Amino acid sequence: MIKIFKSATMILFTLALMSCGGKEAVNNRVPQELSGAGATFPLPYYNVVFEEFAQQYGDAVAYGGIGSGGGVRNLRDKVVDFAGSDAYLSDKEQAEMAPVIHVPTCMGAVVLAYNLEGVDSLNLSGELIADIFSGKITKWNDERLSALNPDVTLPSESIIPVYRSDGSGTTFVFTDYLTKVSADWASSFGVGKSVNFPVGQAAKGNPGVASVISQTKNSIGYVGSEYAFAQGISYAKIRNQCGEMIEPTAASISAAASGEIPADLRTSITNSDAPGAYPISTFTWIIIYKEQDYSGRSMNLAMATVEMLQFILSDEIQQITSEVDYAPLPTKVKELSLRNLSTVTYNGEVLLH
Amino acid sequence: MSDKIYKVISFLAALAVPVVCGGIIYALVTDAYGAFEYFGFFNFLTSSDWNYTEGHEQYGALPFIVGTLLTTLLALILCIPFSLPVALFVGEYFKGTRIANVLNTVIELLAGIPSIIYGLWGFYALRPLVMALNISPHGSGILTASLVLAIMIVPYAASLSAEFIKMVPNDLKEGAYSLGATRAEVIRRVIFPVAGSGIFSSYVLAIGRALGETMTVTMLIGNTNNIPTSLTATGNSMASIIANQFGEADGLRLSSLIAIGLILFLITALINMVGKIMIKRASIV
Repeated sequence: MIKIFKSATMILFTLALMSCGGKEAVNNRVPQELSGAGATFPLPYYNVVFEEFAQQYGDAVAYGGIGSGGGVRNLRDKVVDFAGSDAYLSDKEQAEMAPVIHVPTCMGAVVLAYNLEGVDSLNLSGELIADIFSGKITKWNDERLSALNPDVTLPSESIIPVYRSDGSGTTFVFTDYLTKVSADWASSFGVGKSVNFPVGQAAKGNPGVASVISQTKNSIGYVGSEYAFAQGISYAKIRNQCGEMIEPTAASISAAASGEIPADLRTSITNSDAPGAYPISTFTWIIIYKEQDYSGRSMNLAMATVEMLQFILSDEIQQITSEVDYAPLPTKVKELSLRNLSTVTYNGEVLLH
Repeated sequence: MSDKIYKVISFLAALAVPVVCGGIIYALVTDAYGAFEYFGFFNFLTSSDWNYTEGHEQYGALPFIVGTLLTTLLALILCIPFSLPVALFVGEYFKGTRIANVLNTVIELLAGIPSIIYGLWGFYALRPLVMALNISPHGSGILTASLVLAIMIVPYAASLSAEFIKMVPNDLKEGAYSLGATRAEVIRRVIFPVAGSGIFSSYVLAIGRALGETMTVTMLIGNTNNIPTSLTATGNSMASIIANQFGEADGLRLSSLIAIGLILFLITALINMVGKIMIKRASIV
């Protein structure tokens, strides 16, 4: 018994030594432990990024996927170093807390997944999606749907819309798009993380919606692109503002951010007017305080926070995005973010030079 | 000395239960207060609006109370034809035999299956069947959820009813037989009247289980915030709305969800209390 105990302690001790040694960090700070919380949408991407960051910089990052709302709440209560969010803070939310900066970390999209026997290509437009989800178009062989899909025979069955039952950034992006393209949608249902969809059925999470769709004939629903790409779900092409039918891909999602972007990067890029842009695309952000000296945080911790964001904006990491089923940020957005990042201070002093 | 320590430890352990229970009630009431204060207790119970739109936030518990009661009631009705014969089989016809023991073990096994497994089975096996039989085109809904709930509560109802059926004194049964009664007559005229309130209480306790069932219902009910208009319509139960929306809720919505939790707690407590009282009356006989 004592022997086992002894060898176990030895193993633990060796492990501890190994983890201390590790790779030589690129900086000469004491390794920090960063903590963040928020959106679940970029979670698989962040897992890869933070592991890479830990290897190269020696700083550990703990990120809890508790939802965008929870992440922002934690940042407001100053209990985390950063918040992940699928929605940028409104002017009202910003007014309630100390100045923050928004750093987009990657891009994603919402795709329309469907289950139609014998149909492997479906074209949709914003107005049609709004009418399907508000119950105005109820049959698959509706004239307007057939007009957009001349090469496809659509069944004369009822459409079964599927939506998210939990509050979600995916719903926010989807309804944000519908609000922009349909005045009726805007006045009746609006935009939000939860919306009162009048028809169809709901399921929890992307996996829930995706499995209801795959199980239910004649259904259609919206799913986060990162999930749809990873699972190989079939999805519809959507007509963008330029009138092109666009399939969601890393390139067409990135193209959505090639238009005008405000300097603080708080913007919705749904219904983008850029050519080749997939219209239901979105950024996901990491939000940090502009002044990093709060809740007794050390200078090193503040430095680790901005270095982590700098690292995420690097070409090396942005190239990873499409490997893990997200889309990279366009150069202009990266430049704007780096410029904002260089204004972050610790006790009044700029951290990055 | 050790006796004293033992006494103190068991006293503290016993004290922990009411403290935890009181703490739950306290937390629920304080957090739910916001919703009750804003909408009014009665209005909250009877309003069927569940509107998230900022500025027009309106939360009412009625669709979820209806959803819960409807699925539970339907599950109860669907469960009786399965659980009562099983109880009679185990408690009367094959009382104490090997086959009854095997059946008992199977029932206990069913009771031990985690609810998520029932949910997955319902989603991947029962729901496609409901669609294939053209009962409802979208599969999910009150009926599908109730069917799986019914199967889930069969073991609870059956094993407890069987105990009460076993407890019927042999003298009474033998008396009836000696008067020339058939077995069916004995069951109808002797066993049911004597064990009746016990059987009733076992169903009440089974209901208690169905009321709070969360995962299974969330996977099968369709999760729409409206009062279901037919058996195949989609809806939401009190437990499923909390499971669905707790993650991103804050402010008034969070308070409303906790208020729904409190109402569910009260309904479950009430039903369990009724069950306990009935059991007490049954054991006097």
